[in-house]
Amino acid sequence: MSEHVQNNTLVISAKGVNKIFGSGEDNQVVALQNINLDIHNGEFISLIGPSGCGKSTLLRLIADLLKPTTGELKINGKNPQQARLDRDYGMVFQAATLYDWRTVGKNVELPLEIMRYSASERKVRAQKMLEMVELGKFSNHYPWQLSGGMQQRVAIARALAFEPALLLMDEPFGALDEFTRERMNMELLRIWQTTKTTVIFVTHSIPEAIFLSTRVVVMSPRPGRITAVVDTDLPYPRVFETRESPRFFEKVNQVRELLRDAHEE
Amino acid sequence: MAEITKTPSLTWGENIKGQVSYYFPTIMIAVAFLALWEVAVRVLNIQQFLLPKPSDIAARFLEETQILLSGGSSLLYQAAGATLWSAFGGFVLGCGSGILLALITARWTIISEAAMPFAIAANSVPIIAFAPIMNNWFGLTNPASKMAIVAIIVFFPTMINTVRGLTLIDPRQLELMESYAASPFKTLFALRIPNALPYIFSALRVASSLSVIGAIVSEFFGGPRATLGVFITQAASGFDFDRAWSAILMAALIGIGFYLTVTIIERRVMPWHTSFRQTE
Repeated sequence: MSEHVQNNTLVISAKGVNKIFGSGEDNQVVALQNINLDIHNGEFISLIGPSGCGKSTLLRLIADLLKPTTGELKINGKNPQQARLDRDYGMVFQAATLYDWRTVGKNVELPLEIMRYSASERKVRAQKMLEMVELGKFSNHYPWQLSGGMQQRVAIARALAFEPALLLMDEPFGALDEFTRERMNMELLRIWQTTKTTVIFVTHSIPEAIFLSTRVVVMSPRPGRITAVVDTDLPYPRVFETRESPRFFEKVNQVRELLRDAHEE
Repeated sequence: MAEITKTPSLTWGENIKGQVSYYFPTIMIAVAFLALWEVAVRVLNIQQFLLPKPSDIAARFLEETQILLSGGSSLLYQAAGATLWSAFGGFVLGCGSGILLALITARWTIISEAAMPFAIAANSVPIIAFAPIMNNWFGLTNPASKMAIVAIIVFFPTMINTVRGLTLIDPRQLELMESYAASPFKTLFALRIPNALPYIFSALRVASSLSVIGAIVSEFFGGPRATLGVFITQAASGFDFDRAWSAILMAALIGIGFYLTVTIIERRVMPWHTSFRQTE
């Protein structure tokens, strides 16, 4: 049903991953318990759950911004640190985190600078990515001259600038209004389909997760764990009408009930 | 996409008009203050040695300026040049080494953490008290003795502020660099230094005023005749208060000029900074 190119190459493989913050009986917080998850090339995976379920923590473990306490986590068959050093992923944070002192174009060029692309190559790529997020004309503006939604699009362009095969997104649209968020969802799907990137997307919005993803990973807190993995099973390309289809509502309700069940345990 | 904040592009005429109306209240206060001073001295018949009239001070100042312009040698302007040189030399030495040392220590957090309490303590020592010692070390008439005092005075605030700017960084911005596996060197130049610029410039603005104060006060402890500090002391002890005040006016002009220069450079170097944004 899905027209999206997808093969069975394993991008992420987590086996029995645990993450414990703090030490000593009283101060220990089990952020993640026994996480087992395989993500394949070209998938769009959403991690969803209430706050404290460890969805952001899991993303940070994959990004090697945190280390797992126990368990085995592989990115493209490598340990996370090696994957980070090889620049296997691009990351988009909850806040746009643009550098005030750089123009929009120079912000997008930042990862390319770090990876020692030539100046002309950087310019071409940054412009291409800005055009992809429909900000081609804003290359010479400073971040503060843009709205929140536009800044977040710059952050996406920056994450994609070196064309990573894996895109990690930590509630990237959480701070946006509903209308902008829906438009950004459409743009993200378009980008995903053009670039054939694997996406791992953290969100707390059920409709957003269903609309975007091939699979939704449902998580629950105390201790943070995976309670279910739902195949969205909706055809691509997804359009505005997708949100009105009975199948979409069915899936939204299914995830909502799973989250509620986990909460009432 | 109409969410753009427009930067207003003003014409020259509009710009000047805007500037004048912006500074008008300030100018009026200055004029009123000088007028009140002048009237008070005349009406209350205040003695010249207590407070000379602003008009007398201005006359003395213009007299010296005329001597300079007609090619003569004006002691006031020679003194101004010498004091400015001491202040500027000390400023460059002190701020330069402050920034440099901050860059080195911030690389090794342990060193900067160990050095910071010391620097903060040293910053609250009245360094001007060392002026006679410096005169002994470098020689009374050697500008190096004044530069040394100025350099020490401006060193600590500059270093402290620079270390703060290099280390007080939004953790998310650091995480971004980490996610790109950026080298510490690249993080320093692409993130830490630009982040520190507003801190450095606020230190430099304070240092610009401190350096003129430091130079003049250390000259009070002795120095060549052609320095503002010695000029003021000698004029005052000779009861020539118009002359003393004309040198004070000169010192004020140097201080203001120095401060403005730093501010102008600051705007050039970081036009992106919040304080310079035009959002209306």
